[in-house]
Amino acid sequence: MNKYTVINPHSKFTVLNTHVHNIDGVAKVTGRAEYTFDVKLPGMLYGKILRSPHPHAKILNIDYSRAMEIPGVYGVVTGKDTLGVKQGIWRRYKDLCDEQVLSVDKVRYIGEPIAAVAAITEEIAEKALDYIDVEYEVLPSVYEPLDAIKKEAPEIHEGVERNINVTRHIEWGEVEEAFGEAEYVREDWFKCGGQAHMCMETRAAVASYTPEGKLTVWTSTQSAYYHQALLAGVLGMREGDIRILAKYVGGGFGGKFELDGAQFCSAVLSKKLFRPVKIVFTREEDFIATKRRTPMFYYVRTGVKKDGTLCAREAKVFTNGGAYTGMGATALYLTGFFHSFPYRWKGYRYDGYRVYTNTLPSTSMRGFGAPQAMFCSEQQIEWIAADLGLDPIEMRRKNSHHEGYEVPGQATIASCGIDQCYDEIRKWIDSKGKLPANRAIGISACGFMSGGIFNWFDTPYSFSSAVVTINQDGTVELHVGAQEIGQGSNTTMAIICAEALGVKVGDIKVHSGDTDHCPADLGAWGSRQTLMTGNAVKMAAEDAKKQLLEFAYAQSGLNIVYDLDIKNGWVHAIARPERGEDFVQLVRKALRGKDGQRIVGRGYYTPHRKGMISPAYSYMLQGVEVEVDEETGKIKLCDSMTAHDCGQPINHLGLIGQLEGAFSMAAGYGYLEYMPFEDGKLMNPNLVDYKMIRATEMPPANIAEIDTYEPEGPYGAKEAGEGLTNPTAAAIGNALFHLFGIQMKECPIRPEMILNALKEKKEKEQEKKGKK
Amino acid sequence: MEKRLLTLNVNGQDYELYINPKTLLVEAIRDHIGLTGTKRGCDTVSCGACTVMIDGMAIKSCSVLAMQAEGYQITTVEGLEVNGKLAPIQKAFIDNGSYQCGFCAPGMLMSAQALLNENKNPTEWEIREGIEGNICRCTGYNSIVRAIDGAAKGKYTEAKS
Ligand code: FES
Ligand code: FES
Repeated sequence: MNKYTVINPHSKFTVLNTHVHNIDGVAKVTGRAEYTFDVKLPGMLYGKILRSPHPHAKILNIDYSRAMEIPGVYGVVTGKDTLGVKQGIWRRYKDLCDEQVLSVDKVRYIGEPIAAVAAITEEIAEKALDYIDVEYEVLPSVYEPLDAIKKEAPEIHEGVERNINVTRHIEWGEVEEAFGEAEYVREDWFKCGGQAHMCMETRAAVASYTPEGKLTVWTSTQSAYYHQALLAGVLGMREGDIRILAKYVGGGFGGKFELDGAQFCSAVLSKKLFRPVKIVFTREEDFIATKRRTPMFYYVRTGVKKDGTLCAREAKVFTNGGAYTGMGATALYLTGFFHSFPYRWKGYRYDGYRVYTNTLPSTSMRGFGAPQAMFCSEQQIEWIAADLGLDPIEMRRKNSHHEGYEVPGQATIASCGIDQCYDEIRKWIDSKGKLPANRAIGISACGFMSGGIFNWFDTPYSFSSAVVTINQDGTVELHVGAQEIGQGSNTTMAIICAEALGVKVGDIKVHSGDTDHCPADLGAWGSRQTLMTGNAVKMAAEDAKKQLLEFAYAQSGLNIVYDLDIKNGWVHAIARPERGEDFVQLVRKALRGKDGQRIVGRGYYTPHRKGMISPAYSYMLQGVEVEVDEETGKIKLCDSMTAHDCGQPINHLGLIGQLEGAFSMAAGYGYLEYMPFEDGKLMNPNLVDYKMIRATEMPPANIAEIDTYEPEGPYGAKEAGEGLTNPTAAAIGNALFHLFGIQMKECPIRPEMILNALKEKKEKEQEKKGKK
Repeated sequence: MEKRLLTLNVNGQDYELYINPKTLLVEAIRDHIGLTGTKRGCDTVSCGACTVMIDGMAIKSCSVLAMQAEGYQITTVEGLEVNGKLAPIQKAFIDNGSYQCGFCAPGMLMSAQALLNENKNPTEWEIREGIEGNICRCTGYNSIVRAIDGAAKGKYTEAKS
């Protein structure tokens, strides 16, 4: 049902890119994996959060005395029980730290936390919420960015003029001059929707504060270190006094690395009550009171030559920031950068405005601004090719990045397999022959980052670190701060460690998701861990191996020109692989030689001299075969093919899973996952009305893996699994363009939009006929 | 409301519970019996994370009261393995990478097993329909379909693995 082909494979590895099972597999298929949702501690209380019913209001008074009288209620906290710290993940920029989580005096969106109750059962806590009396002064609200920037719009954050939260400017080349060279210019406006992360495990935390002044928090997070640091900031504690535990996490997708209500309120309650407190969001809370993919309005002007050479592009973007910054500032930057991808522009200018509104805050979500950017860019490129009568694949190809290309002032492309992607997609399209009349294929190209270089979090630590410890029986302890959230990072790190050290994956125990025992790492976002933590792990394993080989050399009596290596647990001279000894024997001797000290290898990674954005970029081109029912406007995906360059694949099964999973989420963004708001209220905060891809809607996800070598990545690896969230919405749009000649400028593309476009098209045609 | 005494048979074991008659089966299994393999992902009976088998059939355990399950054989994800040996469907999931975060897996495995109980040779479409009630946000389902197909074809029976 799926085809997986590899183009130019490298095969010099023993463990890497082989069929390795996920090392957490048994725990996950037997129900042994313990998620935060499953944690139960002695004496634990259950917390519930009272939320604002208003999109914008002052809190005049909160009286919870009636709630306290309910038997079983242990305590209530409000903003007054907190330090009132305005926090945010952009810690270097104080004005972007704007969210108190538990509001002190004002609420800015429906669902914002106002108070939290802890009781002996969840039901009692829930009931107690009804007995908290809040007096509000309701304020005028604004919901759309283009309204919120108007002079007369209500002020959402004090002193923020026209509600503009952040602006971003990216520019290279002489833009106007480059436009001057263009023989054809096209401009379009687009509207890209939000999307819910919809992790199967909703936001959850169990916080336990003890009289020694220590706080332990089990939580569903993408970065244990971030939450340790963020909680320290809002609670006025030292990072070292806070321990975050997150062994199993039920999904993240960009929505779980900011401080959320479950984490903050459970911690504040536990600090007040000295009891463990558990808060788990209901699905509705997870929809209305977390964050979402950033909705964007995009203006795109593109100038090209008649032969299809791209000259210049100008983009202006207004994003609906919702009530707070979150990771939205980063999304604003990345959307502008990836909007240029994967093409070479002589002149490029991007201006982004993130605008506060009285709606659910928006933030990062898998793809990090790029799915929106590609929805607009890749459709417009397709339309331009059609306007000029050019082949859309060849037009893309002649303008694409290539190895060695420098995105002026931004990035140097050290590996790039996009050219072969065009060949593979062309082959796939040709192999399909003539399609039925109600079907068409759309394509879309893109690229993505392998971790961010920016340090707005202001960490003093390396971006990633790893420690490898070798036990006397040859088993290996690998400590990493990389966060496993289902993407398979534990397995990927075990594979890298096993390959580097020359042992088996089964010899390695990965320790992650525990800030007391694992080194700090920025965590799972921006597709950073395979490259960054992977480099740290490789370095640590090689460090340990070098120490071992020193002993091997010393006892071998070999001429120093010989190289030793370890493969499959066999220590040997490369020139004479039959002569050697068992890894475990060597470890024991080394232990004796070191007076019993264990061999410990250390590694770290912080990017240097890699430009402004990321150390490496993945590339891909996707083709999607789409069928449309003209009566209902309903879309069905029939088939797909992705040609994909992630450098050297490391975790074979993991890679396939990531590509298929990203595609399903991207398809959902393209035509299903719609978040309608009315007066600031999300109208479908449940899984009946919020539609997502289900098994019956998922088409085959064929993959052609173009193996390249990325010099900055461990063994040549780079990003996989986030970037593929980017192309699909545009590919679907392009299929509709080829099927009907309609141009879809809004996503998700919903049936009524298709029907309207078809109706409009018919009317126009009739008008034309009439005139003739 | 007055509590009631009832006996639930889960994974072949009788558990005596003294609970509120409005308790959902999923709550009885997770909170009262303490088998937390079974998950919850929604409040609207739409995600399938809570799926268990009742007399071999897949049922969303958030859609029935614990009382209604009295007298039936309830199987949860913990009941699939026997003496530390994984069931073929569990091996199939591992071999195909049919889970990522793993949160949907317990329910997904129950739907898969129930499908195989009923239909020894499901077509690809029948497999997809069999797990349509289970949302997986991570995998895109195709690896799960491959696993169920492999298990149905006997790829993971004792003799072959
Ligand atoms: S918990 Fe979602 S269907 Fe039961
Ligand atoms: S594996 Fe994460 S929801 Fe299915």
